[in-house]
Amino acid sequence: MRPLPFYFALTTRGRAVPHRTFFAFILPSIVAMLLFIALPIVSVIVQSFYIEHQQVLVEVENCQPFGGCTKTVRVDAAATAEIKASDPLGRFNGLGTYLNRSHLAVDEIGVIFASNTGLGDIVARIYNLPFYKALAFTLAFCAIVTPLAMLLGFAIALAVDALPRLTKGPVIFFSLLPMIITPLIGSLILYWMINPQGILGATLQQIFHDPNLSLRGSPALTWLTLLFYGVWSNAPFSFVVFYAGLQTVPGDTLESAMIDGASRWERIRYVIIPHLAPLATFVALVQVMDNFRVFEPIVGFSAEANATSLSWLVYNDLSGDSQLFGSAGATSVLTIIGIIILLTPVLLRTWREFNQKVV
Amino acid sequence: MSSSVAAKRPLSLNLIIGGFIVLWLILAAFPFIWTVWGSFKVQADFFSRQSWWNAIFGPYTVQQTGAPFTGDGYYGAWVTRDFWRAVGNTAIVTVSVTVISLTLGTLGGYALARSGQRYAFWILIIALVFRAMPHITLVSGYLLPFFQLNIWGVLPTSIIVLVAINQPFTLWMLHSFFLSIPKDLDESAMVDGCSRFEAFRRVIIPVMWPGVVTTGLFSFLLAYNDFATTSMLLSADNQTMVPKISSFLGSVQEAGNVMYAVAAVVSATVPLFILVLFFQRQIVSGLTAGAVKG
Repeated sequence: MRPLPFYFALTTRGRAVPHRTFFAFILPSIVAMLLFIALPIVSVIVQSFYIEHQQVLVEVENCQPFGGCTKTVRVDAAATAEIKASDPLGRFNGLGTYLNRSHLAVDEIGVIFASNTGLGDIVARIYNLPFYKALAFTLAFCAIVTPLAMLLGFAIALAVDALPRLTKGPVIFFSLLPMIITPLIGSLILYWMINPQGILGATLQQIFHDPNLSLRGSPALTWLTLLFYGVWSNAPFSFVVFYAGLQTVPGDTLESAMIDGASRWERIRYVIIPHLAPLATFVALVQVMDNFRVFEPIVGFSAEANATSLSWLVYNDLSGDSQLFGSAGATSVLTIIGIIILLTPVLLRTWREFNQKVV
Repeated sequence: MSSSVAAKRPLSLNLIIGGFIVLWLILAAFPFIWTVWGSFKVQADFFSRQSWWNAIFGPYTVQQTGAPFTGDGYYGAWVTRDFWRAVGNTAIVTVSVTVISLTLGTLGGYALARSGQRYAFWILIIALVFRAMPHITLVSGYLLPFFQLNIWGVLPTSIIVLVAINQPFTLWMLHSFFLSIPKDLDESAMVDGCSRFEAFRRVIIPVMWPGVVTTGLFSFLLAYNDFATTSMLLSADNQTMVPKISSFLGSVQEAGNVMYAVAAVVSATVPLFILVLFFQRQIVSGLTAGAVKG
């Protein structure tokens, strides 16, 4: 039997559970999700409309016996702290944070379009704005890592399926490691290897006879390293799912394809790939969701100079001495909007199929 | 399918397959083996510009410590930098998150699998959207309220937050597992006069453990691997392993003690190795459950 896509078997019909009993069972889970997922989303939206208080400035006159008087402006720390304590959210800023230079940068984009020297110039200057730089990397990471990891996973699945029975177990064990490892730790392990003093970094320098070669040196090499890490850590998931799918390929269909004279490649192309297609949708969905939140490798590889992501921007706003809640909130809301746009096709399709099933 | 096809495979194809697998295994496993080995050397060997043979034979390790292997990195991390405290915190957080997630998730997943109502479908779809939320965006919503309520920085807060973040996934997985348990089982118990909850307790609980163990593994991994929430929600004293490593990375690099960080990283990797070693089958079946079974 063909494996069903995950959304087909959502519920089974039969003797329905009464509403009261249903909610008695599910209430704790719902409360947890409302309090710690739904409510924080609301809190993020509210925060994004506020901005930190301005510091309270006082003018102090400094008079010296012979030099006359000079007026200096300094920050009144006590008064600033008092305002902050009485109203921790900050002052209302409307959409100001969304439109400023660190986010959508509406004014700057206007200027770029008004005066530029061509398409290359527009792209380069927009890329220099922090939000668009992060957006570019996040989208590129999703769009490049997801298909490459799926291809590599599929190739590994085909190869492992062809191995003798005894070797399969150990091969699967080692193949799982890049996926199971904590993302921050996995990227640190690779980072130490590509460090100019690590095994890969030092060897590359010797191969290219360039003592200054560093994989962190240029944006292109940094992107390449992060993308490589992405494929490395994502491929095992595709591999495991496709490998399980290969076990359910109907032997009859394969045999009849062979009798009809289908070559090895044709059997993969016309029997195996169509059989695995529903699984591929599932894998792609999960990986796009996970890759969109790419964050730990940027910390692990210390790559923030050349590559940032939306999640990293939020982290950067929140860590450090002055926590910019308004700025972090605005980036978070934009990120959530991005995720919803990405998920819309899937949700629409699921909804349509569910309705067909009901009718 | 492999058995009938294998016999007819030409030698050249077998060689390509073998070569490809060896290449992949090196890619997947070598970084770990290399780092575990290197963690017992001194920094001059593990980070050697001259030759990577130094990391294998360890001439400077012999010179500095008198033996080809040294546990200095581990001593520095665990004792000097108090890594043991982070290990304890991680144990508390992961075990609590797993147990609470599973308790809530089994009840909810069972209800979703048996409901058949329209709203059960919607709850699952909303859970899917929640599952997609980048964790750090939620964290930026927690911080201000947690500061106000004065519950920031302590372990219980992080545990509850991780349980909640974990719920969508746990619900989905256990829901699809309970669908695979025949309905007749609990319904016949109800015909015999059990209430829904009694039927769950007497009939379903005894047969649900394979699914619960598999889901538990993934809850454990989520809590163990988390960096975004724990690094922002825990105070320096209460940090778990991953944020601890990240926070002492900068200072040990300046002090020339990178080996402390390497040893800590290897220490944090070992439990994951053991987990895969013992639960490989459950992990594989869990990953595919969502896809193949529905």
